[in-house]
Amino acid sequence: MKMPEPDGAVLARRGEIVAALRAIVPGEGVIADDREMRPYESDGLTAYRQLPMVVVLPETTAQVAAILKYCQANGIKVVPRGSGTSLSGGALPLADGVLLGLGKFNRILDIDYANRTVTAQPGVTNLGITHAVQDRGFYYAPDPSSQIACSIGGNVAENSGGVHCLKYGLTTNNVLGVEMVTIDGEILRLGGKHLDSEGYDLLGVLTGSEGLLAVVTEVTVRILRKPATARALLVGFGNSEEAGACVAAIVGAGIIPGGMEMMDGLAINAAEDFVHAGYPRDAGALLIVELDGPEVEVGFLIDRVREIAEAHGATSLRISQNEDERNAFWAGRKAAFPAVGRISPDYYCMDGTIPRRQLPEILSRMTRMSEQYGLRVANVFHAGDGNLHPLILFDANEPGELEKAEAFGSDILRACVELGGVLTGEHGVGVEKRDLMGTMFSEIDLAQQQRLKCAWDPNGLLNPGKVFPTLHRCAELGRMHIQRGQLPFPDLPRF
Amino acid sequence: MTENFRPDNAAQVQDAIAWAVSAETPLELVSRGSKRDVGRPVQAAHTLDLSALCGVGLYEPEELICQAGPGTPVVEIEAILVESRQMMAFEPMDLGPLLGGEAGQGSIGGVFAANLAGPRRIKAGAARDHLLGFTAVTGRGETVKSGGRVVKNVTGYDLSKIVCGSWGTLAALTDLTFKVLPAPEVETTLVINGLDDAAAVRLMSAALGSPHEVSSAAHLPIGIGAGDVSGPATCIRLEGFGPSVAARAEALEGELAGFGGTMGAVDGYLSRDLWRAVRDVEPLTAPLDRPVWRLSVPPMAGPSVVLAIRSAVEGVEYYYDWAGGLIWLAVPAEPDAHASTVRGAVAGAASGHATLIRADEAVRAAVPVFQPQDPGLAALNARLKNSFDPLGVLNPGRMTAGV
Repeated sequence: MKMPEPDGAVLARRGEIVAALRAIVPGEGVIADDREMRPYESDGLTAYRQLPMVVVLPETTAQVAAILKYCQANGIKVVPRGSGTSLSGGALPLADGVLLGLGKFNRILDIDYANRTVTAQPGVTNLGITHAVQDRGFYYAPDPSSQIACSIGGNVAENSGGVHCLKYGLTTNNVLGVEMVTIDGEILRLGGKHLDSEGYDLLGVLTGSEGLLAVVTEVTVRILRKPATARALLVGFGNSEEAGACVAAIVGAGIIPGGMEMMDGLAINAAEDFVHAGYPRDAGALLIVELDGPEVEVGFLIDRVREIAEAHGATSLRISQNEDERNAFWAGRKAAFPAVGRISPDYYCMDGTIPRRQLPEILSRMTRMSEQYGLRVANVFHAGDGNLHPLILFDANEPGELEKAEAFGSDILRACVELGGVLTGEHGVGVEKRDLMGTMFSEIDLAQQQRLKCAWDPNGLLNPGKVFPTLHRCAELGRMHIQRGQLPFPDLPRF
Repeated sequence: MTENFRPDNAAQVQDAIAWAVSAETPLELVSRGSKRDVGRPVQAAHTLDLSALCGVGLYEPEELICQAGPGTPVVEIEAILVESRQMMAFEPMDLGPLLGGEAGQGSIGGVFAANLAGPRRIKAGAARDHLLGFTAVTGRGETVKSGGRVVKNVTGYDLSKIVCGSWGTLAALTDLTFKVLPAPEVETTLVINGLDDAAAVRLMSAALGSPHEVSSAAHLPIGIGAGDVSGPATCIRLEGFGPSVAARAEALEGELAGFGGTMGAVDGYLSRDLWRAVRDVEPLTAPLDRPVWRLSVPPMAGPSVVLAIRSAVEGVEYYYDWAGGLIWLAVPAEPDAHASTVRGAVAGAASGHATLIRADEAVRAAVPVFQPQDPGLAALNARLKNSFDPLGVLNPGRMTAGV
């Protein structure tokens, strides 16, 4: 993975830059010692590591503004970071860049039950928002698996999802407003406690922009009343094809479950070995279908889903009778990643999305690739929305295996795109899938996305080296090639 | 010479815009034209009419996706979806009659370009939450695509959000893929008669704060009627599977009894008629010469915003949707459509905006139709427009003068 060439002139001024940042953020808020910077050298994608030039941990929006203004004026790159749980290297530092950590922005600012909103600083954890409102029966719906650690600001940057997003949406569907600071140091507000934008939907494009457009310093989200009840079915099938057909039939029957997860045989057994959830070891595929809502509705739908599953060749079927049992059904799925971690020294988690009907095809291609690369792959899958998480098993201590795993992962994502899907469903592009962007987008598509970035960050200082495979100067992107003197096209219909 | 281009395919759309770029001459973008009278008047000698790019190309009920050309009539798509018991959950509104035209004329391209959603917005999201991907020709004359055909995707910037609500000022859509969802089996609406605005908003807040999955909440004040319901009426819609709706209605009825008023209910087609009328602003449609505003504010702020306007302007008619967060407001005709009063009242709320949805062309040329923004945001919006359409050939000035 090639990152932008460090700017020697900036590195030469390191001492001066650290001093300038210390003038903005006094005390321990500036970290310049290599050993102390070590915890910031990577995020959740630990295969990539890089010490930043300096770490700065501001505590106020005014400090963020002053830092960005200084960096803009001095041509210094900035990498924003929340909790550092990104699985795509979104917060990977740059050798000549300032790592801007928002961890000290950890307060909830406003809880408004009447309007059903919470306003929080970006460093508050995803689960922290739910914890703040759960005594009144409310919660924040998007629930990425890292929710205990990941920050709401990072969720905005990555447009995080979770197992419940088929029914309740991703971050973008649940954020109402932000306060953000642009690279100019300007503090702007988008949205608030009302719905929809008065101008262009800047909030919509900021969400999921992976820290390339602005730094978020405050977030307002909508909260929902917790469903009255939730129950789950645990259904085994002979193979993934039958399980996939069952998923299609559930959705086709007009049922949108709160969560619908699939695991393949390798993942089932790894999970069962780890947490003893009572999963059927002989099943080729396992479905967890969770229905939430009013008690009457859940009971009614459980029956419908059971009928559908039985009609689609379920080999085993259990229905949770209480919360303990429901949690046990989930325990294996939630522990799937560490469970796979136990059967292999290392694993590499992918995140493509496919149209669901392509499931048999992608699985058979993965089986072939697995043989070709000589690496095993376990599959967990957000079945409702076609979001695959293949886990490639490898040993980083074996020379060349990491590279092989990465090549295998890239082949899987290329196959996802070929089958009508996309490179990433919820983890983001970051550095990990940056060089695959060309499989999904043309040069023209990518140039337009970069022009949009230029409208926010004309010098390309915010998180460069992420998302886009090739960096272009804004002036070059803005150029128009106009052929003058052409006549209106004669074959164009007019009236 | 005025030209009206009506391309048959996406390549011809690109040809037309490339020509406009080379001639540096602006185009007015229209699809089926049902919302042409919303926004500032566009000064363009030529028209680019996208209505021939029509038809549903792909509909996969089990994948929850549908793909169509921008000129496809909304009614045509709805008729296809209903066969598989599905819907566009954001409930696209029909502005035709409000603007003095016929019902059922709108196109899917127009729906997304305007990002207009109906009463179910509070539960299901807006149009912008349902556009999964698109192909379009920018004001640079280049064809770009964004997003995809799957419901879960974070690859690259989410340009679907930015084209929704851009009113044709960034790019000409040539193809759209959007999310569809199962339609509810049944619906019922609790109707509470007799509450004033403040009590109604408190009741709607309690209903939405309950676990009973309210999908819509509107309040019609005295003198306003919709469908078979006459104000003062606070309307709470429940949708879903039969047994669930019945159980939730019963529970909610009990929980809301303490708010006063008299409780009733409408079901089936009466409920559907009510919400269609609320969605399409039927209560304020006639007389057609009154300016109509659309205000989005924090739900609990709704009544105080209305009070501030009514104490300054006589003859205001209004009602609330989105639990108080959406206010439809008709004012007596004036050259400024009472813009400073309306926007002053919105400024008194914690956040929000006001859009002048219906007014004479002269009024729309004189008054900012969309909420004016602070200089920093306005500049960012202008730079964004410039990044898609540097010469200003697509619907120039429709949203903001000079942009």
